[in-house]
Amino acid sequence: MNIAFEINGAERSVDVEPRTLLVDLIRTRLGMTGTHIGCDTSNCGACTVLLDGRPVKSCTVLAPMVAGRKVTTVEGLASGGKLHPIQEGFHAEHGLQCGFCTPGMMLVGAALIESNPHPTEDDIRWGISGNICRCTGYMNIVKAIQHAAASKAAENTAGVA
Amino acid sequence: MFPAAFDYMVPASLDEALGLLSRHGDDAKVLAGGQSLIPLLKLRFAAPVVLVDIGRIDGLEGIRRENGHVRIGARTRHRDLESATELRGTLDALLDAAPLISDPLIRNMGTVGGSICHADPAGDWGAVMLAVGAEFVVRSSSGERVLPASGFFQGPFTTGLRADEVMTEIRVPVPTGRSGGTYLKLERKVGDFASVAAAVHVVLGEDGRVTAAGIGLCAVAAQSTKATAAEAALVGQAPSDEVIAEVARLAAQAAEPKADIRGSAEYKRDVTRVFVQRGLRTAINRAQGVAA
Repeated sequence: MNIAFEINGAERSVDVEPRTLLVDLIRTRLGMTGTHIGCDTSNCGACTVLLDGRPVKSCTVLAPMVAGRKVTTVEGLASGGKLHPIQEGFHAEHGLQCGFCTPGMMLVGAALIESNPHPTEDDIRWGISGNICRCTGYMNIVKAIQHAAASKAAENTAGVA
Repeated sequence: MFPAAFDYMVPASLDEALGLLSRHGDDAKVLAGGQSLIPLLKLRFAAPVVLVDIGRIDGLEGIRRENGHVRIGARTRHRDLESATELRGTLDALLDAAPLISDPLIRNMGTVGGSICHADPAGDWGAVMLAVGAEFVVRSSSGERVLPASGFFQGPFTTGLRADEVMTEIRVPVPTGRSGGTYLKLERKVGDFASVAAAVHVVLGEDGRVTAAGIGLCAVAAQSTKATAAEAALVGQAPSDEVIAEVARLAAQAAEPKADIRGSAEYKRDVTRVFVQRGLRTAINRAQGVAA
């Protein structure tokens, strides 16, 4: 069947078997390998993407379910050669070790600071509770999201002034 | 892992969906948020011939108050119920349960009605809906039925819903009088199913006595369980520590837990007792307006 949807701001139309998982559509058909397959059982969050701005596990979404909707992957975070604040945060705070969970963590973090611009540490830990870092680098992931929230807030303040 | 092949149907209206279900019967499966069904499809525990995606049908989502009920569209996401803070103070059990379901990403996709219809004995909403006395509105081509939560859960993954029916709405009566409730869940980690969980809901009369009580148990029997003897023992009583302890003991007797990786049967039964006791204290404090 044919499905049309938006991915990282671009309209795409693809023919898929209805049983195709969103993560396979993104990685195999569209060639965007930033979205990872970790557990493939809805546990780890490595396959996190944003669906209409909300983080979801793309291993547990069928491709046809996103027809007409907006998908954002890690490739959609930076724009015009400029890193997204969440990417800067992970860079500045060493928010990754092996990097496997990082795309998911960054998307969850980006969605969190969008809906809650001043998250507490508890808010952040709650927000990332569906994403597993098997290096156990959670301390720096939390700092990275705090860093991103602070720089985004500063950016907004500067914009107002 | 990917599912076995199926025909994928995306009806634009509820009537169209119901027509498909009456035509395909047991060969069809309804897809809402997919957070229980898609894992089953991937494991090939489920291999429906036809998948009917109700995700495009208008009018199945949202929470509103009408005619003494909170009406929750069956396709409302867990996340949206979690954010329905206007329910605080009247239906605390719903608000306390929502954030404990799986993890935040699953709650963004998974739906309240889908979870209820899936009827996992360790699913959270079953116990909550039994405690708050919910009713489920279900539709088929031949009409609408309203099924009380009590009696709906008949066994593991087995409910009173027929193969040609879709759940459209959950109706929760708004308590008249001072009410309080909560949901307590023991889980090994975020995202795990409950080892044990309990939902409680109480309404107090003018004289401070309990006029209505609901106690729902999760993961301690073959289906979500209503602790009716415990409820009956609480109604009409002035809630004292002794009464609460006795009610909790009766609730634990309604549990029929099985030993598994999450604990022994004795352990689960005793956690049931402790959770009902703690939950009732919180619920009664809330109903009395005492900070819990």
